[in-house]
Amino acid sequence: MIWLIDELTLLLVVICALAAITVKDLLSATVIFGVYSFLMCLLWAEMGAVDVAFTEATVGAGVSTVLFIAAILHTSRRSKD
Amino acid sequence: MKLLQERTAKLKLGESLIIQTAVRIMVPFIQLFGLYVIVHGHYSPGGGFQGGVILGASFVALALAFDQKFSMQLMSERVNGVLGNLGALIFVGTAVLCALFGGLFLDYSALDKLIPLGPIGWRSFGIFIIEVGVGLAVMSIMVSLFWDIGSNGEMDEGL
Repeated sequence: MIWLIDELTLLLVVICALAAITVKDLLSATVIFGVYSFLMCLLWAEMGAVDVAFTEATVGAGVSTVLFIAAILHTSRRSKD
Repeated sequence: MKLLQERTAKLKLGESLIIQTAVRIMVPFIQLFGLYVIVHGHYSPGGGFQGGVILGASFVALALAFDQKFSMQLMSERVNGVLGNLGALIFVGTAVLCALFGGLFLDYSALDKLIPLGPIGWRSFGIFIIEVGVGLAVMSIMVSLFWDIGSNGEMDEGL
């Protein structure tokens, strides 16, 4: 039964990765990237690498999403030149 | 005890009483969990890096829910820099001290000549000192990264 969950998570990871690079809005790309990080965290934990999963959950999904959003809030939709 | 309307009337745009109260309650527990992860790093998942990121994330949450000035009152820029450098100093200082006492770089069992705990005890205790140093440095870097990116490098308003 575990391989079903494994393959479902892998499928969702691929869908999130494709969506993150194809979506046009930067904010939604960041949020999808956070979802991708959490799914990767699930995969690491399922493969037994709890330490890597912990790092992925704190750095990948937690802090880097906040830093991306903080950087995006200083951008504008159209370039000035 | 002011009325809720009076307290919320003075809030700026984007500040919410619910989020502020939730962060106020959550931040001590987040910091306690970060300390737990650092201290238990050598025999359970986690360690200095993850615990430092969790400790830094608590200050990031404060800066997000309140003002950046509020989080800089709790931990000023000078204290942040001192903590980060202290973490790196603990890491390198322990490693160099091992080399000075006749072992290799980061070979904790050489510190047995300084305080007799036994080589095995020092191998367990030395990694704890290293984790504390890494945790302090990572916390400082995470907080200053957010302060710099959030305020465009000016350290005044923030998000």
